[in-house]
Parts: sequence; C-alpha cells; structure tokens
Amino acid sequence: MTQTAVTPAREPAVRKATPGGARTARRSGRRRLALPYLLLLPALVLELLVHLVPMLMGLAMSFKELTQFYIRDWAAAPWSGLDNFSVALDFDAAVGQSLLRSFLTTCQFTLLSVGLCWLLGTAAAVLLQENFRGRGVLRTLFLVPYALPVYAAVITWAFMFQRDNGLINHVLHDQLGIGDSPAFWLIGDNSFWALLAVSVWKGWPFAFLTVMAGLQNIPRDMYEAAALDGAGVWKQIRHITLPSLRPVNQVLVLVLFLWTFNDFNTPFVLFGKAAPEAADLISLHIYQSSFQTWNFGTGSAMSALLLLFLLLVTGVYLLLTTRGRKTSDV
Amino acid sequence: MRRIRAAVTGAVTLSLLLTATACGGGGEDGGGQATKTLTYWASNQGSSLEVDKKVLQPELDEFERRTGIKVKLEVIPWSDLLNRILTATTSGQGPDVLNIGNTWSASLQATGALLPWDAKNFDAIGGKDRFVDSALGSTGAPGQDPAAVPLYSMAYALYYNKQMFKDAGIAKPPTTWDEVIAAGKKLSKDGKWGIGVEGSNLSNNIHQVFVLGKQHGADFFTADGKADFTSDGAVAAVKQYVDLMATHKIVAPGNAEYAQNQSLSDFAKDRTGMVLWQTPSQTFASQGMAEDEWGVVPAPVPAGKPGTGTATNSMVAGINLAVFKNTKNLDGALKFVKFMTSDEEQTALNKTYGSVPPVKTAQQDPAFSGPSLAVIRDTLASSAAALPQVPEESQFETVVGTAVKELFADAAAGRPVTTESVKAKLDKAQQQMPKK
Repeated sequence: MTQTAVTPAREPAVRKATPGGARTARRSGRRRLALPYLLLLPALVLELLVHLVPMLMGLAMSFKELTQFYIRDWAAAPWSGLDNFSVALDFDAAVGQSLLRSFLTTCQFTLLSVGLCWLLGTAAAVLLQENFRGRGVLRTLFLVPYALPVYAAVITWAFMFQRDNGLINHVLHDQLGIGDSPAFWLIGDNSFWALLAVSVWKGWPFAFLTVMAGLQNIPRDMYEAAALDGAGVWKQIRHITLPSLRPVNQVLVLVLFLWTFNDFNTPFVLFGKAAPEAADLISLHIYQSSFQTWNFGTGSAMSALLLLFLLLVTGVYLLLTTRGRKTSDV
Repeated sequence: MRRIRAAVTGAVTLSLLLTATACGGGGEDGGGQATKTLTYWASNQGSSLEVDKKVLQPELDEFERRTGIKVKLEVIPWSDLLNRILTATTSGQGPDVLNIGNTWSASLQATGALLPWDAKNFDAIGGKDRFVDSALGSTGAPGQDPAAVPLYSMAYALYYNKQMFKDAGIAKPPTTWDEVIAAGKKLSKDGKWGIGVEGSNLSNNIHQVFVLGKQHGADFFTADGKADFTSDGAVAAVKQYVDLMATHKIVAPGNAEYAQNQSLSDFAKDRTGMVLWQTPSQTFASQGMAEDEWGVVPAPVPAGKPGTGTATNSMVAGINLAVFKNTKNLDGALKFVKFMTSDEEQTALNKTYGSVPPVKTAQQDPAFSGPSLAVIRDTLASSAAALPQVPEESQFETVVGTAVKELFADAAAGRPVTTESVKAKLDKAQQQMPKK
C-alpha cells in the first residue's frame, strides 16, 4: 500500500528530466495503471482454474446421474434434472434424513467449537499482554498446535482416544476413577466430544494469534486514561479491549466458522472413512456419499446446497456486522 | 521501465506455464519412451510399504533384465487404493498395471477403465486354464470378459491359541459356531476373551457377514443384481455376528473400535483365544508369536463340515492384477502380467506373502502344502464363495460395513441389538445405494 502511494509522487520528477516529453509520460502512466492488473493476472488465472472451474463442474455434476458407469466420462452421464437435489432434501428417506442429521450436528459442533476457540484465544491473548518472565515461551508453546501438521497431530489424538490403550482413558478412568468402565471416544455418542476437543485444540491458537495482533494496535494511552479515570481491569476489557477488537473479531469469527463448518481433515483422520453418527460432520458425510457409495451426482448436489448455505450465512453475517460497525463508529 | 516490462512478461509467461503443466500432466512419453517403461501400482501386502518395495523391486529388476522394460513401482496403502483408482479413472491418468482387491472387480469393471481379458489377452499370458476356478470367480461380472487376473489368493480360517485352549480345558478346536461360542465362553474370563473382531473395519465386517449370510441362505443381492440387504437371512447373519459381542459376550467390547488389525496383536499377546482371519502368519511372527503357539482349522460352519451351499465358510479373498485400458504400452503390460503370473514368480511372491497362488501349477509347490496353507488351499477349492460380482459391490462394502460398525458400537455401549434394530440399520444402508 505505502509503496504504490509513494512511487507516483516520486516518478514525475524523474520523467520531467527525460527528453521526449508528455507523450512518453502519459504512455508509461497508462502502463503504470495497467501494471497492478497485470501482476494480478497470474493469480486470477490460477484462481479461475483452481476454484471457479471445479466449482462450476461440480454444479454441473449435481444435475447429472453420475455413478460408476459414467465417472470415466462424466460429461456423457445422463441429465437427471433436480433428482439429486430432491434425493438430498427428501427428509423422509434415509439419504435426506442422514444429511439433515449431519447438517444439524455440524451446526451444533461449529457453534461450540468457534465459541470455545474464540474464548480461549482471547483469554490467552489478553493474559499474555502484560510483560512477565516466560511470556515468550508461553506464546511459542500456545502456537504449537497451529504449527503441527494436521495429520500427525490428529492421528496422535486418535491413539490417545483409544479405549483400551489410550492416554485419555488411562487418566480419566484408571487414575481419576471416572466412570464404571473405560469410555469409548472413537465410536458412539462420546465421539462428538472427542472431535470437539481436537477441533478446539487445533483452532484456538489461530484465534490467539489474531487477537494478539489486534491487541497490539490498541493505543496504550487509552488504558492509561481509563485507569486514571478509575476503570478496573474488567471495565477496561469491556469498554476498550473488546470494542477495539471488533473488526479483528469480525474476520476471525467468520474464518473460524467457515473452517470449522467445512472441516474434513479432523474427522477423517480421527475416525476413518465412516464417522460415528454423533460426529458425522457434513464434509465427511458428503465425501462418503460421493466417494464411498459412488453417488457422485447426489454428493455434488449436497455440496451445492452446502455452498449455498455458507454463502447465505456469510452474506447475512457480513451485512449485520458491517452495518453494526458503521453505526457504532458514528 | 524495461525491467518492469520484463518482469511482467515473465510473470505472465510463468502463469501460463503453470496453467499448461497443471492441465497437461501425466504421460511422460516422448515417443519410444512409452514402450520402454511401465507404471505399476501394487497394493500393500507386507507388514509395511517399505517391505513391499524390498520384496517387489528385485522381481521388477529381473523383468527389466529379461525384457528391457523398466517398471516404476508405487506401493499404495489399502485405505487409499480405491480412491486412487477412481481418480485415475476419472482423469485417465493412471498406471499401466495395477493391483485391485478382487471384491472390487465388478465395480471397477463397470467404469470401463480396465482392459477386458478376452481370449486373445488371456492367450498372451498363457491361457485362462492356468488359473484356479474359484479365483476366476471374482474377476468381474458373470457373462463378461474378466476385468482382471488373479494374483494372490487368500481365504478365511479359524486361528486359535494353543496354550489358552489348553489352560481353558478345551480339547479340540471348534468346527461349528456352537462350538466356537462354547469355547469362547470358557476362554472369556480374567481379562481374556474368546474371539477377536475388527468392528470398525468395514471390509472385514462385510467378509464376515457375507459368509454368515451364505450360511443363512442369503446373498445380499438378488439374482438380477438388486440390493437385498433386509432379507431374513441377511438380518440373521448380521445379528449372529454382532451377537458374539452383544449376547454371547465372547468378544471384548473394545474390539468395536478396532480397524488396524489390533485383534491380531491381542491374539499374539494371549489376550484373545481365537481369530477369524486370512493368512495372518506373517503378522503373528512379526508380533513375536512362534509358529507352534497357534493352530489353524477351517472357519466354522453351522453344523457338520465345510462344503458348498450353507456350509460355505469363507469368501474368496485375494488380489487381482488389472491393466488400465488406456495404457500406451499394452504389449509391455501383457508381458508384465505374464511374468507376474508365471509359476516362478507366483511361487516366490505367494511364499513371501503367506498367500496361496491362484495359478494351478504353482500351487503344487511343496511350500503351499504346510498345515496352515493347506487349510486355506482346501477352503478355496471347496467351500469359499466369491462376493457378489455386481457393479455396486464396493458401495455394499461401505454401507453395510458401516451398519455393522454402528451395531458393534451399540453392543459395546451395552445398548440392545435386536432383530428390529439390525433390520432398521440394514434398511437405511439399502436406501443409500445408488438408484438404478
């Protein structure tokens, strides 16, 4: 940003000195205008190829009867109109029912996970604002889950959650004596909580990092002034920290929401191809519908519906939060 | 200025280049090169991918020495194999020769990506007669040219821990299900258990309930290939399998979450008395269990002896070798398949992997008449049935395998498993199958 603002101001002085006059200056000025677009072009082309084209292909597939008979040449698959969508949305039949259940599970899961990530991240960032011995070490430690490769981290969790040989049951049941018998974490109802624990463990360092960056931007003297006026720590957090973090939080919550709602890696590594019903997040559910039962058409329709839902939620969210911010700014 | 222009040109060129390579990909064939190389995707047969590379590479070197064709090997774990094949099918960028699980033959045949083994292709590798009939039974849908040729054959048998049997006072290994349950009850005490299962392993669940289905006269598919998961026989088969844990309590509840062959380590560590498995001798050895510590008998039947019909006691398990239809080196691929199915290679490879050769002549080798492999060989010859050779077989593995996994989770949590609950799960599974 600063660079583009600085260069035009410096350039004319150079140009005036060159012989050739205004025409060259204008032409190079035009080029100068085109430059940012040219530089954006590679990204644009790749974005088109990597995101837009597959997305459109996916949408096209959702209107086709795409099974193993046609995957070799999916364009030749017969059109099925809205059949795939009606199968996905028929909540009286098994496919629709399980999609709805998976969707509701994902909503619940996302709300809890994002809420906890935000709470933990913010609390840690606020606590680490003050300078004290060991702060650097703690900051680094907190970022470890964020730095670890997802697969390695989650597979370790899967080992820890094993019923008979896992660390979790060893601590909870053997050492603390909770429960009559060791609990199952990777199958059955508890799997929801196991997945939530891993998701929060994996997600909160990002919230921590973002909030910490946001905190750096709040001028110190605001706190000093507030302290002079007699505001305690809680009042400072409520009236200075949180309102100043609003723009940061707005992005943070949205990003966490989208990541968590679409999370595929965590349940896939934790549970394998078939997640337990209680922890059947929608991404894995769609994967299973497409790649495990080879209903690629229905899977595409489910993806299209998910995309629509996420666009809608994001749109409404942005509308509400930006409007809210403008009025509060006034 | 010139520098900027050069930079812009560079950036645009680079992006175009990236685009081109992203779209192009695949074949590295510059004319003659294609006939000199082959890509081979091998399934993971040994205890690790590295072991497989060590086993296969010398054989591939030998092939190169004889034919001048270099084989590029990639060993793929089971969990990835089917998806990798699907991706290769969709993109058309696959290997020349590949391993497939033999139960997927008809499913993959339906995609049209695999080379059909007509009489001419079979002639190129020495003829169809070289192979055992039961192995040929899982190479594709009946009435069509096979989509693959058999490479390694396996079957289920009942493995038992000799010392644990002796300690529990069990005189002879069980041959019927009633005897399994009786022996299991004697074994299940003091933290030890009767028999091991892999409740979260979808394919293993399918193998077991398919065989039990056969014993109850059910096939999971109708004669014209429609899913038929809720027949009385199918429900009874699934219930009988889950009841080993739910009702008879001879399976440790923890087995409900097993999917990584943990039941084999339990067996090797004297925690479980019996296990139904296909050719586990290598795994037992790697877990420190000596060969004379375990015994093997044919997998149990309802009553009497294993045989055809309701006395079917195993599915035809094994690995097939397939050729991608769009290979640029068909001749080389056929030569490679001929090499891999030759008596010499069949004997060497099956000996290493503890499986049985599906090639008749190689089966005669004394290495395959030891007590453990003789049981497998006889099972394959007389009492094993191929899984339904229908295009929807792989979906069946997923949806019914998942239903059994969920039922085991119920049993482990102490929730009742009833005929109704089994039927409801199977009904849900059937509704998830693609509509025809």
